[in-house]
Amino acid sequence: MSDDIFALLSVFCPMHVAVGAQGQITYCGASVEKLFAPTRLVGQQFDAAFHLIRPRGSQGLAGLRAAQGGGLQLELRQPRRTRLRGVAVAFGPGVVVNLGFGLSILDAVRDYTLSAADFARTDIAIELLYLVEAKSAAMAASRRLNLRLQGARLAAEEAAITDSLTGLANRRAMERVLERLVQARAPFAVMQVDLDHFKPVNDGLGHAAGDALLAHVVQVLGQETRQDDLAARVGGDEFVLLFAGIAERARLSQIAERIQRRFAQPFYWGDVACKISASIGITIAGGDARPAPVLLAEADAALYAAKHAGRAQHAFHLAPPAQ
Amino acid sequence: MGQEPARAKGGHNRIHGLINLAIQNFVMDSYGPQMWQAVAHAARLPDAEIEAMLRYDLTLTEAVLGAACTALNQTPDALLEDLGTYLVSHPNTEVLRRLLRFGGVNFLEFLHSLDELPGRAQLAVEDLDMPQLELVDLGHGEFRLNVRSPIAGFAPVMMGVLRAMADDYGALVLIAPVGRHGDGADIAITLLDSSFAAGRGFALAAGGAGGGG
Repeated sequence: MSDDIFALLSVFCPMHVAVGAQGQITYCGASVEKLFAPTRLVGQQFDAAFHLIRPRGSQGLAGLRAAQGGGLQLELRQPRRTRLRGVAVAFGPGVVVNLGFGLSILDAVRDYTLSAADFARTDIAIELLYLVEAKSAAMAASRRLNLRLQGARLAAEEAAITDSLTGLANRRAMERVLERLVQARAPFAVMQVDLDHFKPVNDGLGHAAGDALLAHVVQVLGQETRQDDLAARVGGDEFVLLFAGIAERARLSQIAERIQRRFAQPFYWGDVACKISASIGITIAGGDARPAPVLLAEADAALYAAKHAGRAQHAFHLAPPAQ
Repeated sequence: MGQEPARAKGGHNRIHGLINLAIQNFVMDSYGPQMWQAVAHAARLPDAEIEAMLRYDLTLTEAVLGAACTALNQTPDALLEDLGTYLVSHPNTEVLRRLLRFGGVNFLEFLHSLDELPGRAQLAVEDLDMPQLELVDLGHGEFRLNVRSPIAGFAPVMMGVLRAMADDYGALVLIAPVGRHGDGADIAITLLDSSFAAGRGFALAAGGAGGGG
């Protein structure tokens, strides 16, 4: 009778282990044997081969019999310490334990080179493994789609924040960076630059000359700002420069004067020397979190003051007294 | 897609991007990117790249297949059978070969798992268009596979898949088309020797140490 049962178990449950009255393993399925190969499992004490993790504190035959029908958690007593789950049923004076991999199955098929023949015919382990691979392939395809969509979105955004004529950032991009600087509460400066004689060039020499002059301005602003600064074209002949980390008046004055010296040199359209100059208004944000619109209004007011003082001047917004 | 061009019946006029992508990759990997450019241009594809996870109009698939047949000077059946072979045997489609190998430990088991293939495929991608497959065991190693789909052209693809899978398992097999009827087609399969050659390895663990691959 018991031989019949083990013949049946070896087909139905290739991961079963039968334990005799002395706690020794008397019979086991081929797949569980494979986990210990080349060591033979039959003849060993159950506790020598398996560490019973749950129920906690239970041990040996008595522990297994007491846990009859309930869920067991076990660990192989060998270097890989593979986790197994199981269920025990008292059988004669001993017990039969059926084991399974649970979530450790992905590691187990790799560690023990298990094949479909190692699982019961009705086990859905193979379908699970299949599903894991199929899903990761499908996810990879979805991820590629997402990446391409994201790439397209970034390209569209880049186009939307770049002034198409000059390649400088536009007002929207500038406002976004300014907002970030305000949020960061780090010292920085806002410089508003206005070309004094742009309109006469554009009107008198034509749009081509106006465009060439703009390209010249972009070049100058690019050369006079650092990588981390931002130069934006916010209007026809209006530019805003943001200087992260610079809050010293002296340094900002130097920068403004350098820009004005560059613009003081005439720009040639063919043989025609176009005289331009720049007026500059500056405000300094010292980490006091004045909101972006206030800073822009301050820079604009300083620019107005600079223009009022004459061509090619720069002026600072007068900081309100500290509170 | 067989002798007659792919045609939708019963309002079935959209097709999964994965199928179009399979055609694109087949042309690219077998004949080079320039050939794909030429096919995509001739078929007037709106984008040069097929998107795997979107659905497309079936007319687009028909146009691509037609353009590929013209460019490669092949009949639709021959092209689709090559596509089936490509899906199993090309290194770039290793994922698919592995998924098919989950069907059984030998070619015979694989044949018997074919009835389940559409269900398996839809476990992974639930809206993937798949034909209904029915295997009839005639005894003495003779089988008949009925391939049925509102979208024509799956039968020659399956012929290519079967040939390549037989190679993969190392089985010696004769495969021939038998005939078409309605939206179905029959394939005759004769299994001469299920372990004729060593075949390619397969371990359950993907990329595992088990020597499969």
